[in-house]
Amino acid sequence: MTGQVNLSQDFSTKLTLQQAKQMERESRRQNLGRSWYKFSRNPLSVVGIVMIIILVLLAVFAQYVTPYPKHAQAFTDFAHAKSPPSWQHPFGTDQIGRDILTRSIFGLRSSLLMGVLVLVLVVPVGVLLGLLAGYFQGTWIDTIIMRITDIFLSVPPLILALAIASVLKPNLWNGMMAVSLMWWPWYTRLVYGLAVALRNEYFVTSAEVTGASTRHILFREILPNTLSPILTKMSLDVAWVIIIGSMLSFVGLGVQPPEPSLGTMISDGARYLPDQWWIAVFPALVIVIVVLGFNLLGDGVRDMFAAEEI
Amino acid sequence: MIRFLARRIVYSIFVLLGLSIVIFIIARIMPGDPARVAVGARAPQWVVDKLREHMHLNDPIVVQYGYWLRDAVQGDFGLSLVTQRPVTTDIIEFFPASLELVLFSGLLSAIGGIGLGVISARYKDTWIDNAVRLFSYTGIVTPSFVFAIFFVLLFGWVLQWLPIIGRVSEEVTVPPLVTGLVTVDALLAGQFSTFVDALRHLILPSLALAMGSIAQEARITRSTMADNLNKDYVASARALGVSERAIMGRFLLKPSLIPTVSILGLDIASTFSIAFLVELIFNWPGLARYGMQAMLHKDLNAISAVILVLGAVFITVNIIVDIIVAQLDPRIRLSAARSE
Repeated sequence: MTGQVNLSQDFSTKLTLQQAKQMERESRRQNLGRSWYKFSRNPLSVVGIVMIIILVLLAVFAQYVTPYPKHAQAFTDFAHAKSPPSWQHPFGTDQIGRDILTRSIFGLRSSLLMGVLVLVLVVPVGVLLGLLAGYFQGTWIDTIIMRITDIFLSVPPLILALAIASVLKPNLWNGMMAVSLMWWPWYTRLVYGLAVALRNEYFVTSAEVTGASTRHILFREILPNTLSPILTKMSLDVAWVIIIGSMLSFVGLGVQPPEPSLGTMISDGARYLPDQWWIAVFPALVIVIVVLGFNLLGDGVRDMFAAEEI
Repeated sequence: MIRFLARRIVYSIFVLLGLSIVIFIIARIMPGDPARVAVGARAPQWVVDKLREHMHLNDPIVVQYGYWLRDAVQGDFGLSLVTQRPVTTDIIEFFPASLELVLFSGLLSAIGGIGLGVISARYKDTWIDNAVRLFSYTGIVTPSFVFAIFFVLLFGWVLQWLPIIGRVSEEVTVPPLVTGLVTVDALLAGQFSTFVDALRHLILPSLALAMGSIAQEARITRSTMADNLNKDYVASARALGVSERAIMGRFLLKPSLIPTVSILGLDIASTFSIAFLVELIFNWPGLARYGMQAMLHKDLNAISAVILVLGAVFITVNIIVDIIVAQLDPRIRLSAARSE
């Protein structure tokens, strides 16, 4: 008798567990659908995401979609130097005859690469430090992490990034390292504030009482609840990193020629300004379009999460 | 208030000390021997050894930092490799030009941003509002050096309205040096034509610097004012028959400016860093251009000094902003007074 009861109880708990997992999947799918609905309510956000998809595709397949892929490297064609926009060269050609459309798309590639890689490097570090400092608020861990963060936040990121880039060998990777070194504190501070608020919530206390490990509390209890602000900040930050990266290469501390980069193209073109305006203006417009796309996307993400949090 | 201020200042000194450590580390991670860099590749070894001794390069790094900090506190950052003069002299010479640029662009952002924000909130959801919002968006997504290039092209070359190089025209008599701000000095000396000339030189670079923060300020002012428009005290003022103009100017503006002022301060401080590029484009003889030269030539003394000075400016501006915000917001002012 008792065995039967036990069996059925066992059976029933198993069923609820499965059901629970099923329900969790279901609700996750629903949440995703709801988020997308909220996101797509604003037509501008959809425009942003379409822009980004097109730009990313262009950058990834630059080798195949650009009219003169050879012009992305060291290449000279003085016969066609400084020719204005035409059907052969929609954006014109630069001072040594390279197609500006082609080079802009390859420059876009390194800009996007930088934007994404810097965040990939920076976010885990910044978030981890913020979680630690916030959860151990008031201890020496908090003091050390947050005081160092304050120091880095006391100077505009561009200046220190320039300084670091200037002592390193100028190239894309070192430029990325320089920007990354400046960028983590913003995430640390963001997550710190959130973690301080969350550590006194009941679900954290109950996890502590039931003897959950610190790692479990940090990554399974607190971290998931900080994700929406982090994602929002990331989607808005891509644009900033791209701007800072283009500033680095503008002053000659980023990607080195003949490797194409939007910042270098603009600073080169600035020397030919009134007469050969297309050399500087088209790469500048490309930057504006990329940044616009990520801003539209970021605003959409922010609206989506802000609505969810309330 | 005074205790609050004192605490902020003491804390800022610690932040600056920390920053100096970071800068020192950056300066020392550079590959190569600083003494060798300073005297050049063809100098004999004994000169390098002598200089290493003199620069304390043979001591442990902590001791080196101690020497460096002692000199820095006394305003001695060593010689600049590029100009071959004391870095401090260079900074004193170049800083006012940057300050003039940044202050003027701060003025433009305050007037332009708050003005546009107020107009936008006043005519909310009309075409005026939409035009301002479109403008803000453009301003936020366009980097300042792109604005600088478009301005050079449009106003400098196509329309030829404004000069695009330097601080004053060559034929103008430069006013005697008092503050280092050419516009102010010209006014003090009573040279009105120089003042106008300097102002004309100032407009394009500072506008290029200000565009981003004008846009941001307009956006923030609009959204706080729009939020506050729905508050009960505005409705009660309306019910009492207070005119719309008085509501806007007297009741709504002051509380709505608090977030704007905080962001404006941050923007002005970070304008110093964006100025790096704009000064380059407009050939503006400022600190940023000097710092840029130093960075391209790996002139470590100058780089360290420029960053420290900018850090100090950034921190000072933040303290000033805190004071202004406290003046605007009685809640902060009173709670600070109560805690004393």
